[in-house]
Amino acid sequence: MKLITAIIKPAKMEDVKTALTEYGVAGMTVSEASGFGRQRGHTEVYRGTEYTVDLVPKIRIEVLVDEKDVDGVVAAISKSAATGSVGDGKVWVTPVDHVVRVRTGETGASAI
Amino acid sequence: MDTGDTAWMLISTAMVLLMTPGLAMFYGGMVRAKGVLNMMMMSFISMGLVSVVWVLYGYSMTFGKDLGSGLLGSPTESIGLTDILGSDSLFGTIPTSVFAVFQMMFAIITVALISGAIADRARFGAWILFVVIWVSLVYFPVAHWVFDFDGKDGDGNVIDPGGWIANDLGAIDFAGGTAVHINAGIAALALAFVLGKRVGFGREPFKPHNLTLVMLGAALLWFGWFGFNSGSAVAANATAGVVMLNTVAATGAAMLAWLLVERIRNGHATSLGAASGIIAGLVAITPACSAVDPLGAMAIGAIASAACAYAVSLKYRLGYDDSLDVVGLHLVAGLIGSIFIGFFATSSAPAGVDGLLYGGGSEQLIKQVIASFAVLGYSFIATWLIATVIDRTMGFRITQEAEITGIDLAVHAESSYEIGSQGATRGGYAS
Repeated sequence: MKLITAIIKPAKMEDVKTALTEYGVAGMTVSEASGFGRQRGHTEVYRGTEYTVDLVPKIRIEVLVDEKDVDGVVAAISKSAATGSVGDGKVWVTPVDHVVRVRTGETGASAI
Repeated sequence: MDTGDTAWMLISTAMVLLMTPGLAMFYGGMVRAKGVLNMMMMSFISMGLVSVVWVLYGYSMTFGKDLGSGLLGSPTESIGLTDILGSDSLFGTIPTSVFAVFQMMFAIITVALISGAIADRARFGAWILFVVIWVSLVYFPVAHWVFDFDGKDGDGNVIDPGGWIANDLGAIDFAGGTAVHINAGIAALALAFVLGKRVGFGREPFKPHNLTLVMLGAALLWFGWFGFNSGSAVAANATAGVVMLNTVAATGAAMLAWLLVERIRNGHATSLGAASGIIAGLVAITPACSAVDPLGAMAIGAIASAACAYAVSLKYRLGYDDSLDVVGLHLVAGLIGSIFIGFFATSSAPAGVDGLLYGGGSEQLIKQVIASFAVLGYSFIATWLIATVIDRTMGFRITQEAEITGIDLAVHAESSYEIGSQGATRGGYAS
C-alpha cells in the first residue's frame, strides 16, 4: 500500500479530481495548503507599497492506493495538474504499513 | 423655525454619526486580523466619550460667548446644554439643539480620524484620556476659530462675536478642511512621533486583513459625507445642493485619479486604491465645496488624490509609522483642498469669491494659507505636548509582547474572527 501526496495549483483542483475519479480511486483527502517551490512567492501592492508574499496558496491531495495502482494514479495526477509553467507542484509516493477501515475493522488492501 | 431645514439637519446629523462606524470599518479592514477590534474600538469609544464631553462643556467652548480675540468660547455658558431647550432657542432657522448635535458629530469623527496613525500599539486607557484632553484643548478651540460665525443683529452689527478664522481673517472652510482634516492629520503625525513605530515596521508586510471591510467603510463614509458637507449649509437650500454636486464630482474624479496613478506606477488598479481615492477626494472638497463650481471640484479632487497617492509612501522614506496614512490622506488632501480654494474659487458658487484662476487676485489664497498653517501649527504643538505628557506619566504603548501577540487579545480579551474548523471553538466556561 502506498500514500500518494500531490501539491498542485488551486486552479487545477477540479481537473485533478475529475482525472482521479475517472481512474477509479476509492477516495481522496483534499486540504488547503500554502508554501513555495522554485517559483517562490508573488508580490502584492497596497497603497503603492509592494510586499513580497513568500507562501502562495496550494492544494494538497492525498490518495491511498494499492501497489498496482501507483503508476496509474501518479500519471493521472501529473497529467491533469500540468500547465507547463513554474509552480505546477509535485507528486510523491510513500509506503504505508497498515490501514484500518474504521466502520468494519477491515485491514490492508481491502480497507482502501 | 423652518421645518424643511430642520428635517434635513436631523437627517444630516444621523448621516454624519454613521461616518464614525464607517471609519472604524475603513480602518479596521486595513490592520491585521489580530488588531481589528482595537482599531474599531478607538473610533467607537469616541462616540461615547465625545458625546458626553460635548454636552457637558464642548458645545459651550465651541459656540459659546467668545472670551476674546476669537480664540475660545466660554466653557460655562451652556454647561449640560440645559439652556437651549426652549422652542425659541434657534440657530438660524433650526432649533439650537439640532445644530448642537450636528456639530457634536464633527467632534466625534475628528478625533477618531487620528487613531489610524497609532494602529496596533496604543494602550486603551491612554487613548481614552487622549481623546478627552485633545477634543477639549485642540478641537473645541480650533472649531471655534473656524465654525463659529459672528452673530449679528438686524442692522448687521456684531452682537455675538465668533472665531477669528471665520470672521476676522475671512478664510473659507465650509465643512472642516482646517478644523477637521488638517487638524486630525497633523495631530496624527505628532502622535506617530510620540508613540514610535510598530514592531517590524518597514520590515514585515502589514497587509490589510479584510479589504471588503475597507470598501464598506469607504461607502459609508461617502454616504455620510453628503450630510457632513451639505448639512454644513445648515439649511435645505440651493447651497446644500451645489455642495452635494461638488462633493460627488470631486470624489468621482479623485477615485479615478488614484487608480490612474496606480495603474501607471504599479501596473494594477486596486480596491484599496479606489477606497483611498474616494477618501482623498471627500477630504479635499470638504473646505471648498461651497466655493467652487463642479469643474473646479473635479480639479481639486483629482489633484489632491494624485498627490495623496504619492504622499502615502513618504512615511517609509521619512521613517514615521503613520500606520493607516492619516497624514498622507487627511493632512495632504486637507491642505490642498483648503489652499486651492485660493485658486479655484469662483463667484458663481455660493461663497461668492473669485480665486486666482478666476481673476480674483491672491487675497483669498493668502487667507487660506494663513488659516491652514495656523491650525497646523497649533494642533501639532498642542497634540505633541498632550501625547508626550500621557506617554511619560501613564505610558501610551502596550508591551512589545502584547503587540506581537495581538492587541485585541491583550487589551480587550477578545479575538475578532472564529472561522474554520470545529476545533477552534473548543473549551468551556471559565466559571
